[in-house]
Amino acid sequence: MFNLYNRRRIVNAIGLLVSILAMSFGLFWLCWILWTLFAHGLPSLTLDVFSQMTPPPGSAGGLLNAIWGSLMMTVLGTMIGTPIGILAGTYLAEFGQRGWMAPITRFINDVLLSAPSIVIGLFVYEIYVVHVKHFSGWAGALALAILVIPIVIRTTENMLRLVPSTLREAAAALGAPQWKVINFVTLRAARAGIITGVLLAVARISGETAPLLFTALNNQFWSNDMNNPMANLPVVIFQFAMSPYEDWQNLAWAGALLITLSVLTLNILARVLFRQSATSH
Amino acid sequence: MNADINPKVVVKDLNFYYGNYRALKDINLNIADKMVTAFIGPSGCGKSTLLRTFNRMYQLYPKQKATGEIILDGANILDKNQDLNMLRAKVGMVFQKPTPFPMSIYDNIAFGVKLYESLNKNDMEERVEWALKKAALWTEVKDKLKQSGTGLSGGQQQRLCIARAIAVKPEVLLLDEPTSALDPISTAHIEKLIDELKEDFTIVIVTHNMQQAARVSDYTAYMYLGDLIEFGETSTVFTNPTRKETEDYITGRFG
Repeated sequence: MFNLYNRRRIVNAIGLLVSILAMSFGLFWLCWILWTLFAHGLPSLTLDVFSQMTPPPGSAGGLLNAIWGSLMMTVLGTMIGTPIGILAGTYLAEFGQRGWMAPITRFINDVLLSAPSIVIGLFVYEIYVVHVKHFSGWAGALALAILVIPIVIRTTENMLRLVPSTLREAAAALGAPQWKVINFVTLRAARAGIITGVLLAVARISGETAPLLFTALNNQFWSNDMNNPMANLPVVIFQFAMSPYEDWQNLAWAGALLITLSVLTLNILARVLFRQSATSH
Repeated sequence: MNADINPKVVVKDLNFYYGNYRALKDINLNIADKMVTAFIGPSGCGKSTLLRTFNRMYQLYPKQKATGEIILDGANILDKNQDLNMLRAKVGMVFQKPTPFPMSIYDNIAFGVKLYESLNKNDMEERVEWALKKAALWTEVKDKLKQSGTGLSGGQQQRLCIARAIAVKPEVLLLDEPTSALDPISTAHIEKLIDELKEDFTIVIVTHNMQQAARVSDYTAYMYLGDLIEFGETSTVFTNPTRKETEDYITGRFG
């Protein structure tokens, strides 16, 4: 009896130790990355970053045009991708019980979900940029939208599946047609989860470089014209960080910190929303 | 097998299939108008399945099908031309677990009403109040109609679901183990409610609780493995069952 108890205590201690070591190993790199980012980025994160355009090497400047371009394309990409994603996810969860279309869609969506983003960039380059013969903000937004779609499809489907079937039955038992059941009951019940999914998709695309490199490219100047190349944070960071000029490198650090902070904010927001929905049921 | 009753629903040679599995076998049964009929029997006997044919709930699932006839007010509701939405307006249902919709208490009730009637604001408010009073919930929620229905206690949620079902003014009310997820006090509330509701509605209740069946129902059907073993007035079924199986189940020797 006593032996068994001792043995369990020792096994438990070993298990705990191994888990803590694994966690520390993971956290160590994360903290290091964040520390480096803050150490380099914070001193460069001045007001100029938000009020000046990207400068030529050697002169002072900021990231305003890149921040604006990133915002425009992220917002547009999300606006294009979210409705498609939610509708497709709804189809899979609510109508996907029969037939061959849903399983195939689900499989392709899984492939798309894990597709390297550079492939998406090249795809949009091939079908859009090549034909209009110039890089553009639209192409960038399109590439980002294609990244948003599978994430939103997946979360929408999963969240709708979490809605108990008794809720669907209850609405159907009142005589509600299926579209009303879905619109007013199940989608509403899954609302917080779906919004969380959209926020996570936004967080994902706001840091994507590869798809923008082939589509929006970059622009040194302020531009509102989605039909022209557009500055954006990830590509600017890529270009500036690779350059030999120190003030460019500093701006790249500031940009990297900015993206990290906004992604962090979005993730926290998503968590808060999800927790709210979990307690309200 | 059928007692001498004024039937609201007549079930004739009903068979039910989950895929190839035959869950109900040649059921013949009359449901008395404005009375409470209880279905009892061990788990898996088909009592919920039978209940779910009355509003064709099974239609949500592609592999389930029913054959035979269920005649409600002279028309066979299993007919493929039957308008499901109209059927469900006439036959309301309350489930085992409370299922408030993720919206306000008021909207929970207005949701069903809006499907069939376009009432102005005053009439709708009156209807909501009427339904909540019928379900004995009005005094508890009248000051928080705008709050979410999911915030109520389990017993209140279940009465909200009953209010929601009767707000549509159905003629038949199906109760699928309505109290099995509730505490004794809430259960007593609901049983009292069933007694009052049978003045206006024909009620069919599935229950695992024999005492509940004895307390609330006028007629009782005992089912086993998809067969209807015995059907009759509750007092007779419980005190003087004609079948040995029924007696064994009721006295707790089996099931």
